[in-house]
Amino acid sequence: MKANSTYVRPMGAWWRRNAFYRSYMVREASALFVTLYAVVLLIGLLRLAQGPAAYDAWRASLATPASIAFHVVVLLLVAYHAWTWIAVMPKTMPFVRIGGRRISDRTIVAFGAAASIVAQLACLALLAWLGWTR
Amino acid sequence: MDASRTIRIECLRYDPETDAAPRYQAYDVPFTDDMSVLQGLQYIKDHVDGSLTFRWSCRMAVCGSCGMMVNGTPSLSCETFLRDFHPAGLRVEPLTHFPIVRDLVIDQSDFLRKLEMVKPYIIPADSKTPAAGTHLQTPRQMDEYYQYAQCINCLLCYAACPQYGLTPSFIGPGALALLHRYNADSRDDGRAQRMEVVNAEEGVWSCTLVGYCSEVCPKGVDPARAVNQNKINSTKDYFLHWLMPRPGVSR
Amino acid sequence: MKRSNKPIFWSLFGAGGTLAALLGPMLVFVTGIAVPLGFLLPRDLMDYERMLAFARNGFGKLAIVAVIALFLFHGLHRLYHCLHDFGIHVGPVLKAAFHGCAIAGTLVAIALVTAIGFAR
Repeated sequence: MKANSTYVRPMGAWWRRNAFYRSYMVREASALFVTLYAVVLLIGLLRLAQGPAAYDAWRASLATPASIAFHVVVLLLVAYHAWTWIAVMPKTMPFVRIGGRRISDRTIVAFGAAASIVAQLACLALLAWLGWTR
Repeated sequence: MDASRTIRIECLRYDPETDAAPRYQAYDVPFTDDMSVLQGLQYIKDHVDGSLTFRWSCRMAVCGSCGMMVNGTPSLSCETFLRDFHPAGLRVEPLTHFPIVRDLVIDQSDFLRKLEMVKPYIIPADSKTPAAGTHLQTPRQMDEYYQYAQCINCLLCYAACPQYGLTPSFIGPGALALLHRYNADSRDDGRAQRMEVVNAEEGVWSCTLVGYCSEVCPKGVDPARAVNQNKINSTKDYFLHWLMPRPGVSR
Repeated sequence: MKRSNKPIFWSLFGAGGTLAALLGPMLVFVTGIAVPLGFLLPRDLMDYERMLAFARNGFGKLAIVAVIALFLFHGLHRLYHCLHDFGIHVGPVLKAAFHGCAIAGTLVAIALVTAIGFAR
């Protein structure tokens, strides 16, 4: 057999081959929105450092329909990121055992999702308390 | 046997002596509900076209020989059934990300080379002889590595892994799962010797947790877990080696 | 085989991803939707005086820098890998550019929270 006569197929647009790959790409792309949100916060921080006039102008821009729409899109993708991150968590951990029995991946994901929901609701509750009472 | 139904199987054909590139050839195969894709290919070879070339052996999903792409999904042809593709038909191709030798046969030599690199054998802590008796292991200790030991080297995970396709130097899901299988075995003491492979860019760090490898594995090995668990081990080793420079640290 | 330096970036990526998974959606909702619209939370929750006090507070500084830095490291690391996934050849220049942006953003955040001053 001549070594150079094996045929190597090109990768091409491999991410389009099946649903699994497509959802992987969406998962990865959700990182773009995490980055964009960090940049928004960084700009807000800059405006804060520039004084009340600059900061209030930035605050006003957050209330525009364009900004709200943008943040809705960001929210959807950051939520998708959160869900996919938690769903993949068991793969990054060694087996967890309680009393000798292995905890299933589904249980680990459930705990992760619960932790995320509790943390976020606690955050909202704290901010609501700070906002409405002080 | 009622063989009145037929199904169209479209096979990738490639003859290195005569073809510049692969082409497809379709065959109409009479089938019954219990026939596997492998049996369909065997029918073609026995009755229609003896030149069709493919690997197979056990016919029962333990040897790992018959891996191929069935409608774009990495599958063992012996446990994929023709009835599931009726009436639309199916397309059979060799496993992706491997060079095609001929028709449905791929060149596995890259995998075999990588398998050797991970030292896939028990490297014992002691130099116990058989006369001293067997190693003892509790069921719990076996549970730590059992699923990873089910690997039949079928290479479906390599066909599934886009990172292997994009970066052919990647050690890959199967070999890394086997590396972990030995590290996780209580009888083994070779972790330090295998760390060099784990820590390399071509080791665990080429993986981006696509996870499709675990999805297609016919034996439930879960290579995605084996690889990604070792990212934590590799990170610990990385930071420890700055603090205590020594080759292959941490248990 | 050469040892990879990925662990450094992966740790930051992992920390950012975990933070984003635990708090991300709520942070986006609060700062980008709820407060600007006065929905569930008052509009003045993010007014100048409150934000200045928060940024002047030690814990506040840490929180602001942590969120910005970790989200940047997470996002840019993954986006860098996305380029590779799309088949674009990624060499040391692109790697330095992406991670450099994360480092730059972090330094800017630290500089700004320092410039804002400390609680009187």
